[in-house]
Amino acid sequence: MLTIKNLQASIEDNQILKGLNLEIKPGEVHAIMGPNGSGKSTLANVLAGREEYEVDGGEVLFDGEDLLDMGPEDRAREGLFLAFQYPVEIPGVSNANFLKHAVNEIREHRGLEKLDAMDFLTMVKDRLKLVEMDQKFLHRSVNEGFSGGEKKRNEIFQLAVLEPKLAIMDETDSGLDIDALKIVANGINKLRGEDRSFLVITHYQRLLNYIVPDYVHVLVDGQIVESGDKSLALELEKNGYDAILERI
Amino acid sequence: MMDENEIIEERIKSDYKWGFTTDIENDTVPKGLNEDTVRLISQKKEEPEWMLEWRLEAYRHWLTMTEPKWPHVNYPDIDFQDAYYYAAPKQQKKLDSLDEVDPKLLETFDKLGISIAEQKRLTGVAVDAVMDSVSVATTFKKELAEKGIIFCSFSEAIREHPDLVRKYMGSVVPQTDNFYAALNSAVFTDGSFCYIPEGVRCPMELSTYFRINAANTGQFERTLIVAEPGSYVSYLEGCTAPMRDENQLHAAVVEIIAHKDAEVKYSTVQNWYPGDENGKGGIYNFVTKRGLCAGENAKISWTQVETGSAITWKYPSVVLQGDNSVGEFYSVALTNNFQQADTGTKMIHVGKNTRSTIISKGISAGRSNNSYRGLVKVVKGASNARNFSQCDSLLIGDRCGAHTFPYLEIADSSAKVEHEATTSKIGEDQLFYCNQRGLDTEAAIGIIVNGYCKEVFRELPMEFAVEAQKLLAISLEGSVG
Repeated sequence: MLTIKNLQASIEDNQILKGLNLEIKPGEVHAIMGPNGSGKSTLANVLAGREEYEVDGGEVLFDGEDLLDMGPEDRAREGLFLAFQYPVEIPGVSNANFLKHAVNEIREHRGLEKLDAMDFLTMVKDRLKLVEMDQKFLHRSVNEGFSGGEKKRNEIFQLAVLEPKLAIMDETDSGLDIDALKIVANGINKLRGEDRSFLVITHYQRLLNYIVPDYVHVLVDGQIVESGDKSLALELEKNGYDAILERI
Repeated sequence: MMDENEIIEERIKSDYKWGFTTDIENDTVPKGLNEDTVRLISQKKEEPEWMLEWRLEAYRHWLTMTEPKWPHVNYPDIDFQDAYYYAAPKQQKKLDSLDEVDPKLLETFDKLGISIAEQKRLTGVAVDAVMDSVSVATTFKKELAEKGIIFCSFSEAIREHPDLVRKYMGSVVPQTDNFYAALNSAVFTDGSFCYIPEGVRCPMELSTYFRINAANTGQFERTLIVAEPGSYVSYLEGCTAPMRDENQLHAAVVEIIAHKDAEVKYSTVQNWYPGDENGKGGIYNFVTKRGLCAGENAKISWTQVETGSAITWKYPSVVLQGDNSVGEFYSVALTNNFQQADTGTKMIHVGKNTRSTIISKGISAGRSNNSYRGLVKVVKGASNARNFSQCDSLLIGDRCGAHTFPYLEIADSSAKVEHEATTSKIGEDQLFYCNQRGLDTEAAIGIIVNGYCKEVFRELPMEFAVEAQKLLAISLEGSVG
C-alpha cells in the first residue's frame, strides 16, 4: 500500500533523508525509531506533503499512485492521515464544524454522499468514545486551549472519524503522561484493521509496549539502518542507539 | 390597506418608473451641482417647501466645507461638478432567461445559495415568481400596519408622515455634520423610513428587500428609524448578492433614534462592486451612520459585514444620552486586491451608567489596506461609563496592510475603558493542518476566517449569518497563490 524507494529530501538546503526505503502492506503496523535529528519527522512531513520540504529524489507509491505528485489535500482525501506532533489551533472553529468539512471533502472525493448534520453527529459521538472524550469537546474550538494530552487525543479522534488507509503517528507519545498514553494507545489499537496501516514514529520504546508493531525500523542519519520485529525496540531501549551505530 | 391588485399594479409601475413621477419631460438633471440642481431634484420629487429649504440649507453649508482627507485611504480627487445628481435609474434590461446572464455572476449566486427566483429578480430576468414576493410582502405589510408600524420609502414618508420626518430628520446627523452628510442632505434621492410605536415589538426582521417599491437604493440614500419608548426592531440592510452600480460615489446617511427602553438592532451586509483584481473601478462608499439612545435604558446595536466597495469610509456610531443606555458595534471588514477600508465606530457616553462594546475584526488580503478607526468619548458627568473594545486584524499574504487608530477622550474619572488589540496572520501551519485533513487552501482560509469572525457573526440574524460566511469565502477567492 505504501512503497518508498530511495527517498531523498531536504529542508533549506540541508539534506535530511538520504535514500530511504520502506514497504508497508495493508494492515501492518510499522514503527520507526531513531535519535533526534535522524529524519523521523521529516519523513512524516514529506509523506504528508508539507511545502517547506524539498524532495530531491526517489519515489513514493501510495496504493500504486505517485504520492509525491499529489497536493497535501489530495493525499489526505486518498486516505493518508498524519497525526501531528504539534497539533495546530484554529480559534473560533468548532471541532465538529472542522471535522464535518473534512469528512465531507473526503467523502466527496471518494464518490460518496455528503453526510447531513444528524448522521455526522451520530457518527462522531460513536467515535468520541474511542478516545474517552466528552461530547462538549465537539463544541470547543479546534485545539484551542487544549492541554497537551487533549490535543493528542483529538488527533486520534480525527483519525477515527476520517478512517484513513494509512495513519502516520508523528511522536504521538511525546508529552503524554502514562494515563493519557494508555488512552491514546488504546484508541489506536481499536482502529487497527486489515485495511488500515500505521506508521508509528517515536523516540521511545514506551509507546510500543501498548501498540505492538509488526516491524520496527531504526532510522539514523536519513536512512533505515536496521529492521526487525518488536524485540529490536526492546534491544534499543536496553542498549541505546549507540550500540546499533557501533554494530553497523 | 391596498388590495393585492393594487400592489401588483404599483409593483409593475415602480419597476418601470422606479416610483418617480414623470410629469417632467426630462428624467435627468444636467451634470453639476448648484442651487438649481437641488431645486430641480426637490421639484421632480414633488416635495413640500420645507423639504426644499432643508436641502438648500444643507447645500449652502456644504459649499463652505472641504472634503475630509484624514482617512487612511487614497483616491484621485472627485470632481463634484462632473457628476449627475439626479437620474431616474435606468430600467434594467429585461432578459428572457438566466442563460443570458454572465455565467460568472451565476456561479457566485450558486455559491451564495441564492434561489433561482431570487437570481432572476436580481439580474432582471422576467419572472412570474415575483408574485411570490408580492404576496409575501402584502402579508407582511398587513401585519406591520396592524401594529402601527410604518415602513416605507423616504419619499413616501415625506408625503404621508411629514410631522415625523420634520421632527427627526437631521436630529442625529445634522445637515452640517460632515462633508458627505451635507452632500447627501442636499441631493438625496430616496431611502427608507421606519417607525415603531410605543411598546411594539416588531414581529419580523425588517429588510429593505421586502419594501416593495424600493428596489432603487440610489446613490444618495437616506434612512431614518424611530423607535418609540419600549419598542424593538431588527433592521437588515443590504444583500450578499454582488451589487453593481454605475455611480461610483455613494454617500448614504442613516439616523436611528431609540427612546426610553427601546432597542434597535441594525445589521448590514455590504457587497458593492470592489473593482477588479487590478484595482480598476469599484464604488466609493462614504457613509454616515449614527444612532441616538435618547432615553433611559435605550439600546442600539450596529452589526456590519463589509466586503465590497473599492473604498469604504464608515463609522456607525452611538450617542449614549439616556442613563443606562447601551451601544454596540460588531464589525467584520474584509479587503482584498486593491480595496481600502477605513472603518470603525464612535461611542459617545453622555448619560450615567452607559455601556458600550466594540468588536472589530479586520481582514486584509491581496494588496489591500484595512484600518480600524474608533473613538470612545466620555463627557464630564457621564459617571460610571464603561467601554470594552476589541480590535483584531488578520493578514493574509504579506502585501496588505492593517492599521488601528483608537482614540480615547475621557473626561470623567469614574469611567472604565478597556481596549484589546491583536494582529495575526493565517499561518502556514494552520493551512497545512487543514490541507492534511482534506481541505483545499481556499476552503481552509474560508473556515479559518469564519472562525475568526465568529463573535460578530453570532450577532447577525441567522439567515444573514449563513450568507455572510459564504460571502467571506467568496471574497477571499484567489487571495492565496
